[in-house]
Amino acid sequence: MAEKEATRNAYGKALVSLGAENPDIVVLDADLSKSTKTVDFAKKYPQRFFNMGVAEQNLMGTAAGLAAAGKIPFASTFAIFATGRAFEQIRNSIAYPQLNVKIAATHAGITVGEDGGSHQAVEDIAVMRAVPNMTVLVPADGEETRQVIRAAASYQGPVYIRMGRLDVPLLFDGNYRFEIGKANILREGTDAAIMANGIMVAMALEAAEELAQAGISVGVVNVASVKPLDIETIVRTAQQTKAVVSAEEHNIMGGLGGALAEVLAENAPVPMVRVGIKDTFGESGRPQELLEKYGLTRDALIAAVHEVIAKKKNQD
Amino acid sequence: MRISELNLRANTIRQDIIRMLIAAKSGHPGGSLSAAEILTSLYFGEMRVNPLEPQWPDRDRFVLCKGHAAPVLYAALAEKGYFPKEELLGLRQTGRMLQGHPDMKKTPGVDMSTGSLGQGLSAANGMALAGKLDGKDYRVYALLGDGEMGEGQVWEAAMAAAHYKLDNLAAFLDLNGLQIDGPTDVVMSSTPLFAKWQAFGWHVLQVDGHNIEELAAALAEAKTVKGKPTMIIARTIKGKGVSFMENDAGWHGTVCNAEQSEQALKELQEEAANIG
Repeated sequence: MAEKEATRNAYGKALVSLGAENPDIVVLDADLSKSTKTVDFAKKYPQRFFNMGVAEQNLMGTAAGLAAAGKIPFASTFAIFATGRAFEQIRNSIAYPQLNVKIAATHAGITVGEDGGSHQAVEDIAVMRAVPNMTVLVPADGEETRQVIRAAASYQGPVYIRMGRLDVPLLFDGNYRFEIGKANILREGTDAAIMANGIMVAMALEAAEELAQAGISVGVVNVASVKPLDIETIVRTAQQTKAVVSAEEHNIMGGLGGALAEVLAENAPVPMVRVGIKDTFGESGRPQELLEKYGLTRDALIAAVHEVIAKKKNQD
Repeated sequence: MRISELNLRANTIRQDIIRMLIAAKSGHPGGSLSAAEILTSLYFGEMRVNPLEPQWPDRDRFVLCKGHAAPVLYAALAEKGYFPKEELLGLRQTGRMLQGHPDMKKTPGVDMSTGSLGQGLSAANGMALAGKLDGKDYRVYALLGDGEMGEGQVWEAAMAAAHYKLDNLAAFLDLNGLQIDGPTDVVMSSTPLFAKWQAFGWHVLQVDGHNIEELAAALAEAKTVKGKPTMIIARTIKGKGVSFMENDAGWHGTVCNAEQSEQALKELQEEAANIG
């Protein structure tokens, strides 16, 4: 098995190195710094770290004020509290005035595990994507997280970064290039394409490999930039394969699957199957068991590829 | 002389509020009129700002937490010279810079976009934290409404401002006693406010919010306070300066008809003639 690292860990490290380079980087947390991994930055740069206590609305509003005064704040808490509890602060105090705040949320999706459904954001991408001025990024591994954090810091404007609790396989090395607004084709294919992000990218690569053994050629596209979306790469890939599977650890409504369906319906209507959480809340359990229960596995992706290829054949 | 000059400014701001609301045909007169002296004491007394350079990094900042009182802020900014007074008549109209609630992207001089109650003080805290971090001596001011005391985020921010010892922050509470649905004591009582802010770790002052001298003295005192933020509770009259609007919750978000506007301006002009 490949080496593993949680995206939140990579985030913590990336913050520390960014902090050394740019004195304007400040970090805010809401009493979860040990979990979000902002604690490393807090230790290294205590003057630039603000613990706001258990008060997410004030966390976002304070970040907005720091940005209005020229700082580059990273505001961290769990995805559910960032986008749920503080939604309107993000909307009105950050996005509406287009302030330079990076909302770096961890513990997204059902792989939060044992804490259960109250803590498992399954709708955060949908709500953030619908907010004007907001950029939405979902890294797949540690290396991509490092690059996403750097890209977000360099970008002028609000960014939502979605990260997870669970250790995930390292997929990329220093040769990988993440860019806001660009999708990355990780594997070419002709029969179907899996367009995935976050923890589903590793599973998509495994599924494509296994399908290749069976003579089915499946492409894999990493869509870490959910907004802005790389429409050109997505449409071109859809036109080449004429069958698309979306894969995300999020509700199939409104997230990556929703975004792809919008783009494909307008530009390249091809058969599509969405793999994700089927409009339901999560529950307590071991992350791996939950992934199986909620259909977020390599096998579920393989089944979805068969399904979408069958749809394509029925169309002919 | 100085006091009467500032009273005249406040009067001009009130007249401009009435004029812009006539043109807009919608907006919030009551809570704008109640804050005329507070805005005057800030923009024409205390604050270090330069209308020719609205983004000057070392300027004092002002956050209108009760963003629905945008007319009083716009009137003060226009009076100060941030933009021509003619712009005031474009309030709330399509394609114009003066939005129904303050928008820092569209209006020079607006330091923070507000409108959704309860959010402004957090932003003011952020600006004050940045000032301390950068070792700058600018000060941050905020104006909250008493109806706004119902928002939980205000108290989150109150706690944080004291925790971070933001003595470069002073906030006003426009205590006019009325909110949309009626008296605050009936809708949702927030008393005792003095004790509450004190208990949250603030230096608290109480003034007549229409008395320029008291406001100036409070602002001067706030600058001497070390290690904690200052809350200036300003007792005010909602609709102040227009007899039929005073102390009537009905004028929170309703504007005058032509006849009432004429009456309002007449009263304010008479008041102006009596100043000094």
